Amino acid sequence: METVDIHHLKAGEVNLGTSIMAVQFDGGVVIGADSRTTSGSYIVNRVTDKLTCVHDRIYCCRSGSAADTQAIADLAHYYLQIVTQSTERPPTVYNAARIFEKFCYENKDALSAGIIVAGWDKEQGPSVYNIPLGGGLFRQPWAIGGSGSTYVYGYCDATYQEGWGRDQTIEFVKNTLALAMSRDGSSGGVIRMAVIQESGVERLFVPGDQLPRFWEGREVIGSLSAAPTLAQGQVPIEVEE
Amino acid sequence: MANIYNKPGFDFSNVIRNSFLEAKGIPLPKATSTGTTIVGCLYKDGVVLGADTRATSGPIVADKNCEKIHYIAENIRCCGAGTAADTEFTTALISSNIALHALQTGRIPRVVTAMTMLKQMLFRYQGHIGAALVLGGVDETGPNLFTVAPHGSTDKLPYVTMGSGSLAAMAIFETEWQAGLERDAAVDLVSKAIQAGIFNDLGSGSNVDVCIITKDRTEMLRNYLTPNEKVEKEKRYKFSRGTTDWKRDREIVRSLVVHEETRPIAAGDDTMDTS
Repeated sequence: METVDIHHLKAGEVNLGTSIMAVQFDGGVVIGADSRTTSGSYIVNRVTDKLTCVHDRIYCCRSGSAADTQAIADLAHYYLQIVTQSTERPPTVYNAARIFEKFCYENKDALSAGIIVAGWDKEQGPSVYNIPLGGGLFRQPWAIGGSGSTYVYGYCDATYQEGWGRDQTIEFVKNTLALAMSRDGSSGGVIRMAVIQESGVERLFVPGDQLPRFWEGREVIGSLSAAPTLAQGQVPIEVEE
Repeated sequence: MANIYNKPGFDFSNVIRNSFLEAKGIPLPKATSTGTTIVGCLYKDGVVLGADTRATSGPIVADKNCEKIHYIAENIRCCGAGTAADTEFTTALISSNIALHALQTGRIPRVVTAMTMLKQMLFRYQGHIGAALVLGGVDETGPNLFTVAPHGSTDKLPYVTMGSGSLAAMAIFETEWQAGLERDAAVDLVSKAIQAGIFNDLGSGSNVDVCIITKDRTEMLRNYLTPNEKVEKEKRYKFSRGTTDWKRDREIVRSLVVHEETRPIAAGDDTMDTS
């Protein structure tokens, strides 16, 4: 079957390589992203903010084409303001997610955008919605996205526990993103996070030199730390002191 | 020839000319690209923008001293890289719309307004308008600096570079930029970055243009540096009179002529000679 590769970026288009994630906890959500934007192999922006505010307590994490996701986020921000004015109450996260889903699904041929919508509202409390490339809408307790996410599915599946508090969730997000950033070439820079609760939004920042570190590899063959061994039968030369 | 001043509708005579030329084997001319190194950086009192001045058409330098820092508003300027016509017309259009917007709102235009107008137009054209821009200015929110890429994505940063020489210029910025630079230090840094592009990138060259924007005034330093002026030739290559003896050879040259025909050009008959 011949398939047209519609999800590939066009030549010269700026790419949000990316590792993004959002995790729900009791009382709020923690969202996080790396900060690298690439065009081919050149890093156009090494301190990007991929966590975009679309309403007071609703954020989206952007991955895929920078132009597409910025345009979609701007439109969603606009429509949510209209909705707020006409309903005279803050929109629900589901409402916001549906607006994103509508754009992503109806324009799936022309767009290359993977978005995670997360936030807090009065009706549902905290929620996380994943909207991958095709424009489907999936509510999940935790969601990961972007090119770097493929490397950390195992880590997330093994580590995630329900019932975590705010600090444990922040640790989970930080560690996952650090692992993704260390393996994915299109992810890197700094970790930006945001904690969204009823009381407000708190922005967190982890500089590139303070990322959590894991196993960083060690040379085994030709290791300098190993003492040189004599070949069989060789007699060491006597040295006069 | 048809009277173009009276005919209604579009004039497609160039289409006929182009298809004729193409049939003769002459390819369409390449769009002039600005090759380019353009930069911008924030400093203590505002924004400094810089650009080189070379415009290329394929491998040929089409313009040795073109102006790449375009006017958007009194307090906003935009450097353009990519297809020269696209940057020229896009910035002119947004400049016009910003002027109208300022009259309607009664306020000094903001840099984000220009940025939003640019990104929404470029996104609509899905990257077919090849304009990569560095937009900078000072408004009531303070100094602002943005990049706008051809597909419509934007970045807000304290120092930016675009164009084919952007990597060379970014190397200078990454090494030497600091927050809160003084005016002279900032201008020196920007010149250094542009010169890195001029001397290390084939698509950039000639002179350095600098523009300094503060809350009180905008200063355009056209050809701030000219490190590529044509040097005086070391020798005189003129031949002295009498080097070629032509009087004697005139008869020889005349005797070589095989056929000579004089055809007067009739007044008003300017159809193309296709014989």
